[in-house]
Amino acid sequence: METGFLTFLLVSLVKIVLVVVITLMSVAYTVLLERKLVGRIQNRWGPSRVGPFGLLQPLVDGAKLFLKEDLNPEAVYKPLYILAPMIALSCALLSVSVVPFGADIRWHGIDLFQISDINIGLLVILGITSVGVYGIALSGWASNNKYSLLGALRASAQVVSYELALGLSLVGVVLRSGSLRLRDIVDIQTPHGFLSWNFFGGFQFVAFFIYLMAAFAETNRAPFDLPEAESELTSGYHTEYSSMKFAMFFMAEYANMITVGCVATLLFFGGWTSPFGSLFSHVLAGPVFAAIFPVFWFVAKVFCFLFLYIWVRGTLPRFRYDQLMGFGWKFLVPVAIANIVVTSFWIGLRLPMQ
Amino acid sequence: MHLALFIIFGGLCVAGALNLLLQRHPINSALSLIVVMSSLAVLYLLLGAEFLAAAQVIVYSGAIMVLFTFVIMLLNAGTEERTHGSKMAYVAGVPGAAILVSLLTFVFLSHRGDFASVRVGDYLATTGDLSRVLFRDLLLPFEVTSILIIIAILGAVALARKEH
Repeated sequence: METGFLTFLLVSLVKIVLVVVITLMSVAYTVLLERKLVGRIQNRWGPSRVGPFGLLQPLVDGAKLFLKEDLNPEAVYKPLYILAPMIALSCALLSVSVVPFGADIRWHGIDLFQISDINIGLLVILGITSVGVYGIALSGWASNNKYSLLGALRASAQVVSYELALGLSLVGVVLRSGSLRLRDIVDIQTPHGFLSWNFFGGFQFVAFFIYLMAAFAETNRAPFDLPEAESELTSGYHTEYSSMKFAMFFMAEYANMITVGCVATLLFFGGWTSPFGSLFSHVLAGPVFAAIFPVFWFVAKVFCFLFLYIWVRGTLPRFRYDQLMGFGWKFLVPVAIANIVVTSFWIGLRLPMQ
Repeated sequence: MHLALFIIFGGLCVAGALNLLLQRHPINSALSLIVVMSSLAVLYLLLGAEFLAAAQVIVYSGAIMVLFTFVIMLLNAGTEERTHGSKMAYVAGVPGAAILVSLLTFVFLSHRGDFASVRVGDYLATTGDLSRVLFRDLLLPFEVTSILIIIAILGAVALARKEH
């Protein structure tokens, strides 16, 4: 093959390795953040012994999970039992590949802050998350355990139902930007700082709240964490898993949280753009700052979203299953459809036909 | 590059389809069907239909097949017993399949010229192009199809509620 293809391959590999390492590190520290914050909410300290402020806790936890015995219960269906955590984790990590972390800055023609910039980026993320449910569904079935199976059934029913509301809530944003490419969606939110974000300027706050609630259900997080409701199902679909296989489910859950946070940031809160627009862009000017500040804003916004996730988990009780289904189908879906109708009328009346 | 991808995913598609027939456990068959659908999505992408590829993964691999596996899991379907098949399969099925294959081959070969515009790789139909055709040129068929689907859904609901 020609050299262009080889350099492309090499550059992509380097970017993939970097992004996977960074994502897994942020997964580890999101776990720590959750334990710390939930600790504070429940009036206790959380992990504080390993390293300063317990900062080395994730590394020690990782070592512990690696060294634990990897049990394979006798009655499991082996091929799918082993395959399921792999599907869960790889789908969770795959969707980060289309997320742009910073401004469109090229160095020798290499896009520095995104692995691949594709036209249908948003649909790719939706597709990968919709395939990710097989990890949970198959794990529950292959474990040959009734609690696991019930957890898996709940999870797949919940994810399939809420996927609909999630997809519909994003239509308003896509209508406004007229593109499914994530960079285009962010570009339309750049001109006036936070005033032109889809959440404020685009009047997509209804869509955002639908997205938020559907995202909680999609990632099986509290208050919709019924697939692993401890009081009813021991721990749901991963009851029979131990050691690294359990850790893979755990990492997949937190990686999904991060992906959902990235998508919310990109679609509703202006992605990597500054909330002040170009107001302070002259203060620290220069090519290096122009590259670093967008990444800073992006990470800060995703962090706020993760904080919200953990805050909700520490605050709200779990829903009942019929409440969950009723809420998804009878409230979120109709409101999402109404949002699409109103947004299309608004865009249709404001913009004359080209 | 595109040809290599086509061969890999075309092969995967055929292998998945064969595995679907040969596996005796329903859940393995369902998983092979997922492989078939996902590799079909890659083939669509190679033909330049990016929206169709994404829709294929979201709708077929992600939603419909989840319901398939859901039902298999709920019924807890066991391994199928190996039988010699019904007599109808041998009497009508084999000649029928042979006739279908030869008919399709004849149609494709005699209309080879019409497929000259189909290329693998260097062509891209964007979502905008697709929606222009779907919502402007073919609006009526599109709407009629959606009404058909709604009628089908209503029929399913009516059948399911019959006992009450």
